Amino acid sequence: MVWRTRRLAEASVAVAAATALVAGCASGSGGSTSGASGDTLTLWTHNAGNSTELDVVKKIIKEFNGSQSKYKVKLQAFPQSDYNNSVVAAASARKLPCLLDVDGPNVPNWAWGGYLAPVDVSGSEVPLSDQLPSTVGRYKDKVYAFGFYDVSLTFFARKSVLNEYGIRIPTIDKPWTKAEFDSALAELKKSGKFDYPLEMGTGGLGEWYTYGYSPQLQSFGGDLIDRDGYKTASGTLDGKSSVEWATWFRSLVTKGYLSKKSGADPNKDFLAGKSAIQWDGSWNATKTAERLGDDLAIIPPVDFGNGPKIGGASWQWAMSSTCSNKAGAEAWLKFSRQTKYFVDYAKATSTIPATDAAVQQVDGYQPGGKFNVFVEFARKYAEVRPVTPAYPYISTEFQKATQDILAGADPEDALGQAAKDIDNNLKTNNYDAG
Amino acid sequence: MTTMIAALERLRPVRRTRTTHARRRESLTALGMATPAVVLLIVFLVVPVALAFALAFTDARLISPTPARFVGLRNFTLLFQDPVFYKSLRNTAYFAAVVVPLQAGLALVLALLVNAKVRGVNFFRTVYFLPVVTSMVVVSLLWTFLYRQDGLVNHVISTLTLGRVDGPDWLGDPATAMPAIILMSVWQGVGFHMIIWLAGLQTIPAELYEAADLDGAGRWHRFRHVTWPGLRATRTFVLVTITIAAFSLFTQIRVMTQGGPLDSTTTVVHQAVHTGYDQQQTAYAAAISLVFFVLVLSVSLVQRFLTREKD
Repeated sequence: MVWRTRRLAEASVAVAAATALVAGCASGSGGSTSGASGDTLTLWTHNAGNSTELDVVKKIIKEFNGSQSKYKVKLQAFPQSDYNNSVVAAASARKLPCLLDVDGPNVPNWAWGGYLAPVDVSGSEVPLSDQLPSTVGRYKDKVYAFGFYDVSLTFFARKSVLNEYGIRIPTIDKPWTKAEFDSALAELKKSGKFDYPLEMGTGGLGEWYTYGYSPQLQSFGGDLIDRDGYKTASGTLDGKSSVEWATWFRSLVTKGYLSKKSGADPNKDFLAGKSAIQWDGSWNATKTAERLGDDLAIIPPVDFGNGPKIGGASWQWAMSSTCSNKAGAEAWLKFSRQTKYFVDYAKATSTIPATDAAVQQVDGYQPGGKFNVFVEFARKYAEVRPVTPAYPYISTEFQKATQDILAGADPEDALGQAAKDIDNNLKTNNYDAG
Repeated sequence: MTTMIAALERLRPVRRTRTTHARRRESLTALGMATPAVVLLIVFLVVPVALAFALAFTDARLISPTPARFVGLRNFTLLFQDPVFYKSLRNTAYFAAVVVPLQAGLALVLALLVNAKVRGVNFFRTVYFLPVVTSMVVVSLLWTFLYRQDGLVNHVISTLTLGRVDGPDWLGDPATAMPAIILMSVWQGVGFHMIIWLAGLQTIPAELYEAADLDGAGRWHRFRHVTWPGLRATRTFVLVTITIAAFSLFTQIRVMTQGGPLDSTTTVVHQAVHTGYDQQQTAYAAAISLVFFVLVLSVSLVQRFLTREKD
């Protein structure tokens, strides 16, 4: 009898504890605020592994803390690979910092998810209207984030190699057409000097796939989603133009122009002469120019019919919606918007400064400089990734479809399945809320 | 198991002679000692499983402004229309069907070899056990390099065949990706089960072998009628642990192929993590986990039934 009662008691204690825990987890959405204790604000950045950019952040914080006595900003840096997960975890625990940086295409998702608050930076030294449009993170007509720089996609090649095979070096006014590009690759392949004449970083998984290849899809006339209302991907992602892109993309592999899984460091392989033309980002331009000098040709994206395209938006700064000291957070954001910091960021990251005034002061990027073409690319060709909270999902689906296409899947099936999955996701999620 | 029950039976008459007071003290001690484990189990096992069950019927997302709503069986309807899910099931079954007999058998052979009383046997025990103590992530990364088109594996193949055979791109070809991962997984895991078999082998009394020798039994008969029956309990343990480990195949996939090429290596657990984290579909991932739980449970029950003590 005693035993039975005890067992019963033990069981009920266990059940009660479990229920309490479940209940505790479920009710985690109390509307508390955090991210600051009084006038000390916490700031998160993804730059722990990138000391040059981190130094700029530290410098701005130091000068901000010294410029006034009311607010103090405290830095916490994360490695990039863990950053997004840390933010998501912090958000579920209602422990977001006041200030944080965010990758451009994620802004709508985080704004919709209630992580970010709209920011008002009017009255700062640099007005938003001076910036490259792709460096301002907007969602539903509100500004949620702004960046100090942008990056551009580009081809790198050696002028000497192109001349040797009689390939025209394209200019911004007259980029390569699809036919020209295909025949250039055929010529280079025929030479037998390159296992794979084209290097596009196919081994780099993750966001690079969407960032690097969806502009080519758009240049063919396709897109990731129907941008009119962002309600469906069917008919766009699996439409005729998109299938044409996929068929062409797969043909690069079957014709032996492109490795379906390139090495860990594509730029290094290109510099070592393993490939003739590399599709890369402007962030590698300084390094490549140092090695190749005047032999380096910076080539605009190919015009596949719908004009050359590159992706827009890089890392941007934002304020969390749970910030308990929004005035302090906005003070920091406004303070950071000085031309000298735009210059510092661009120099530290070898990226495109977001304003004209800063462009004038960064070596190589000022008009006439060897990297000024990137500013032109960003201005003329930039297409931001779909501005919808569904973007992270769309991106993973596109990555999978592209990988499957490279591995030999039927282009229509692969894109059709991706479009179907995206439509399901759009239907089952209330992306208009928030 | 049998020994435990036997031990308990032996204890019983002793207990009866004790006073109620002593008994209560004893049970309090037992309760105190069990508490840490019970609390940990509840927090990290019971609660997550209960949450996963509940979440599977909602539209919860990793990032969302709206609270999770009950949506009935929608996740399961979607799941059973998802072609990738069927591929995941097929790949998981394929992996388990090959790995369970292969790894168990190979581990037994190794155990028999290192159980021999020869000099230097400790060296081989250590060598076979080394991959087990190495992190699976590290092992997977290394083998990714070995399996490259221009990697070591293909160099060896080319040298052995005097350059006549060019190995495939092991992880890049849908036909070879899963076999390549199976080979690596067996290599990594076989040492652990070798140790388990070895422990089992050493519980078999030497007298039984002596008796068999006196009866003139050969090597095979000695294995068949002394060793094999003596490994009964070990066999069940090895079978169950390898099966469960095989079903939860994830790390290798995540590091080496991410489920590709053409879904040839996607598994149920990999799909659950991919949808739950990379794609933020918490509820859908919970539904996958629930189905996975039911599958593993039924396989375990079947195994339990087949290996039950038949008396």
